[in-house]
Amino acid sequence: MGVELLMVVNLNMQTKYVRDIRDPEHPYSLEQLSVLSEDSITLDDKLNRIIITFTPTIQHCSMATIIGLCLRAKLKECLPLHYKVDIRVSPGSHADEDSVNKQLNDKERVVAALENPNLRQLVDECLCSNEI
Amino acid sequence: MDLMEKNMELIEVQKLEGHTDRVWNAAWNPVSPILASCSGDNTVRIWEQSSLSRSWSCKTVLEETHTRTVRSCSWSPSGKLLATASFDGTTAIWEDLGDEFECISTLEGHENEVKSVSWNASGSYLATCSRDKSVWIWEVLGGNEYDCASVLNGHTQDVKMVLWHPTMDVLFSCSYDNTIKVWWSEDDDGDYQCVQTLDESTNGHSSTVWAISFNAAGDKMVTCSDDLTLKIWRADISMMHSGEGYAPWTHVCTLSGYHDRTIFSTHWSSDDIIASGAGDDAIGLFVESKQHDSVNGPSFNLLLKKEKAHEMDINSVQWSPSKENRLLASASDDGMVKIWQLETIP
Repeated sequence: MGVELLMVVNLNMQTKYVRDIRDPEHPYSLEQLSVLSEDSITLDDKLNRIIITFTPTIQHCSMATIIGLCLRAKLKECLPLHYKVDIRVSPGSHADEDSVNKQLNDKERVVAALENPNLRQLVDECLCSNEI
Repeated sequence: MDLMEKNMELIEVQKLEGHTDRVWNAAWNPVSPILASCSGDNTVRIWEQSSLSRSWSCKTVLEETHTRTVRSCSWSPSGKLLATASFDGTTAIWEDLGDEFECISTLEGHENEVKSVSWNASGSYLATCSRDKSVWIWEVLGGNEYDCASVLNGHTQDVKMVLWHPTMDVLFSCSYDNTIKVWWSEDDDGDYQCVQTLDESTNGHSSTVWAISFNAAGDKMVTCSDDLTLKIWRADISMMHSGEGYAPWTHVCTLSGYHDRTIFSTHWSSDDIIASGAGDDAIGLFVESKQHDSVNGPSFNLLLKKEKAHEMDINSVQWSPSKENRLLASASDDGMVKIWQLETIP
């Protein structure tokens, strides 16, 4: 399973990479499995809203919500606090697309999930910030 | 008094700082100039207005009780008790002892995060709801005792808010399952059943319903949703008061196009101004149109939209019960609680 490499565009139009999100089922970084796609990021006119689309490569992957949580946790570190982020699975890439998207964009559910010690630990293990 | 004909402005009276994480809810005490706010920092703050300076300051912090986010808080009708609902699965009851608050009881039972708590009009019942999809009714007994009277199942997903009707013991809940449910005990024997579900087929919402609010008379209701709309509903409650059985709620109108992010909160003031707070950082104020169209029914107009009321999402808006002036409290992801006054500009 893999995730497309994402490009996060900030106000100064420089790019930062969301990298090294470690897949708990594979020992090596997802960066090595993924392909860069410019379509993954949509920036709103007002430049404080971002829509991120990711593709879990296995259709019925229950890890989609975990990957989504990892993305949110990682982006919270990268982006200014007032940015509004919508995360979606790319159309057609998941059997339960609407259900996954709804969960990933319910702020209260995301906060509660990240407060759950077991989920938090899983997310922390998935994230590996490469401080270069 | 036609507000639409005047120039109204929502003026920021004061910004209350102190919470170290997002503020989810702010609730006015029904009898005193006190405001409670609760946060992702696991605490509840009690703010009091000084009778001399008229400014608000933090009187006390209720901490070391909830071990996770405190999601909502609600004052009892007497104003002496505060119920706080938390993601730690418990609901705490606090008593105002004057110079401090004491946690007098902890209600346990929900399987996971408690999202909302509400007292009925007489203060004899409490209701709570949770991500476990259930709504619980608790009976308020003497001696700081609370007993679970009923566990109501029916919602198919996370229940976001519960609210008792302002004049009758009828309970309302709204959910991630996109519906609003009405719970009633016909024989008044404590056996509550779901007597109505407002869903898409009855002009209901098409996504998560986050909040409910009633007008003072209790014959109208406003709900808000992730579908970016507010919906107005009405019921012939005089029918219920005269014992003629259940009076169903029907859709009156839908307010759309005013917010472009999830509307998290709405509150209907005692003088009929509806406030909304949303993920677009704005507060909306709406009033009923004077042009009563007998064909299409009542409609509501935007009185004003306060853009960038906060730096981040607004999670809660609530009108003060004070008759003196039109005060509104808002709580946000930016960690602030703000107090606003709706004023006419000369």
